[in-house]
Amino acid sequence: MSMRRLVLALAVVLAPSAYAADPLRLGKPVPADVVAAWDTTVFPDGRGLPQGGGTAEQGRAIYDAKCSNCHGPEGRGETAEELVGREIPLTDPDTAQTIGSFWPYATTLFDYTRRAMPMDKPGSLSVDEAYAVAAYLLQLNGVVAPGDVMNAQSLPKVQMPNRDGFKRIDAK
Amino acid sequence: MAGSRDSDDVLQPAAGGGLLHRRALLSQGLILATATAAAPAFAGEPAVSQSADPLDPHPASLTTPGAPFSPYGQPSQHERRIMRAVGSNADVPGNGVSWTPLEALEGIITPSGLHFERHHNGVPAIDPRQHRLMIHGLVRQPLTFSLEALQRYPMQSRLLFLECGGNSNAGWHAEPIQRPVGSFHGLVSCSEWSGVPLAMLLDEAGVDPQAQWAVVEGADAGALNVSVPLAKLREDCLVALYQNGERLRPEQGYPMRLIVPGWEGILNVKWLRRLHLTAEPAMSRDETAKYTELQPDGTARQFTYVMEAKSVITSPSAMQRLKDKGFYEIKGLAWSGRGRVARVEVSADGGKSWTDAQLQDPVLPRCFTRFRAAWNWSGEPAILKSRATDETGYVQPERETLVAERGRRGYFHYNAIVAWAVADDGTVSHVYA
Repeated sequence: MSMRRLVLALAVVLAPSAYAADPLRLGKPVPADVVAAWDTTVFPDGRGLPQGGGTAEQGRAIYDAKCSNCHGPEGRGETAEELVGREIPLTDPDTAQTIGSFWPYATTLFDYTRRAMPMDKPGSLSVDEAYAVAAYLLQLNGVVAPGDVMNAQSLPKVQMPNRDGFKRIDAK
Repeated sequence: MAGSRDSDDVLQPAAGGGLLHRRALLSQGLILATATAAAPAFAGEPAVSQSADPLDPHPASLTTPGAPFSPYGQPSQHERRIMRAVGSNADVPGNGVSWTPLEALEGIITPSGLHFERHHNGVPAIDPRQHRLMIHGLVRQPLTFSLEALQRYPMQSRLLFLECGGNSNAGWHAEPIQRPVGSFHGLVSCSEWSGVPLAMLLDEAGVDPQAQWAVVEGADAGALNVSVPLAKLREDCLVALYQNGERLRPEQGYPMRLIVPGWEGILNVKWLRRLHLTAEPAMSRDETAKYTELQPDGTARQFTYVMEAKSVITSPSAMQRLKDKGFYEIKGLAWSGRGRVARVEVSADGGKSWTDAQLQDPVLPRCFTRFRAAWNWSGEPAILKSRATDETGYVQPERETLVAERGRRGYFHYNAIVAWAVADDGTVSHVYA
């Protein structure tokens, strides 16, 4: 390497603006099918909900087998929190923040059940099973009827009782 | 006693209950006297076994070759009792917390092995060679980054506190909880975090102007996810690879975690694997059902991100005992998610009178600040308090004020003034006062 080329090379390496002028581009482009396989985000408007579905009647057996050990029969709480009940208003000091009394979106219930439950085997429920368990818990809370099918179309339309109960503080 | 050897003006009271002027801490003779007098004063300290006669001029250590080198140093065997207190679900051992033993630590840096933990379903085993961070959604080009690639980017280091939104939640209880300060307020720790500014990676992916949020996901069991405003991610967030100079510990997110300076712990997603750029938040479970605060009117505060100014006296503190009356250094920690701590005041008479504590350098934004005050305990009952003010002018509230405003059902974001009562026998307990 000639001295002139060496000086030039050093100048490029040492120039403070090198990052801005020629940023590192070490991120690897991802094919669309890989993105789709990783993308499990579910939104309140239903975007991200997969095809499939289930009813409360189907969900009951799954809940009894895989959920009731911790959450108790009919979601009334055991070692894990209670999931059902909206008899006591949220203004009462003895209230319980259940799915029916507190959760603002039914889509969240499907998403969390599918990704995180049951805790000894998270992610093990099939899409249909997750919809069915969500339907059962919504039915126990009196939000949907026993025969209602919960799926990508119906779940975002479920009107949760506490939908408007939240005030955003540090973000719009 | 310490006071007898220094000039009287240093020992003039600064406030009621025996609080002394700050100059008392600057007096060299007094500092030495204090350190030696205060150290053995707390009952229950681990007994350090020395030679039978502490004044033996020829202790065995002088004449016996010492232990060989160690590839990774560990604390002294005499300090084995200094550890995190663990509270977890009996059925799901990986769901719970461990608290930093604030009462046992000095300075502002939390040793990495004592940094608090909050895991929702355990610490995952991740092969760093296989781990990828994906950025996708409202971007020009979805990308993945390997650890090897991230290592090549220019990095930044910041000294930052990290606090769980649920820290100090026992403060909402009707009766004051009796626990060491770390097992009450120790879901906060402070580290030097080093990593790649997230803005650089977002720019590389090319963020669409419609994007306002990123749904951030971890690689733990249950794939914890929360939405974080894009403006904050661009402003000062890091993809951290290092904590206190070494690679992240597994329980702190190895091989990479998000660091969101000054904002509640849940957003600092560990085992970071995915950023989904979106126009709206996902309304995940941990930003709706949890990490929201039910208020007396039945509504809930949501997206309460900033950890407001807070302070706590770490010594003397609950469950300790002062052996003798006399001179003590009151010391503690203060921090604010909005910036620097501007001032910490202490009171020894339950808040009737206050004096400024000394703030130890460095005083950095969104970082622990160590404060110290000189106190001459008369042997009479006393109530110790500290009150932080940050550079925005925000003043840490009294518990009564906070409860009047928020009720007692919010669970998260408890930052009220903490009161420790010293009884005439020297025992220290937690009180609402």
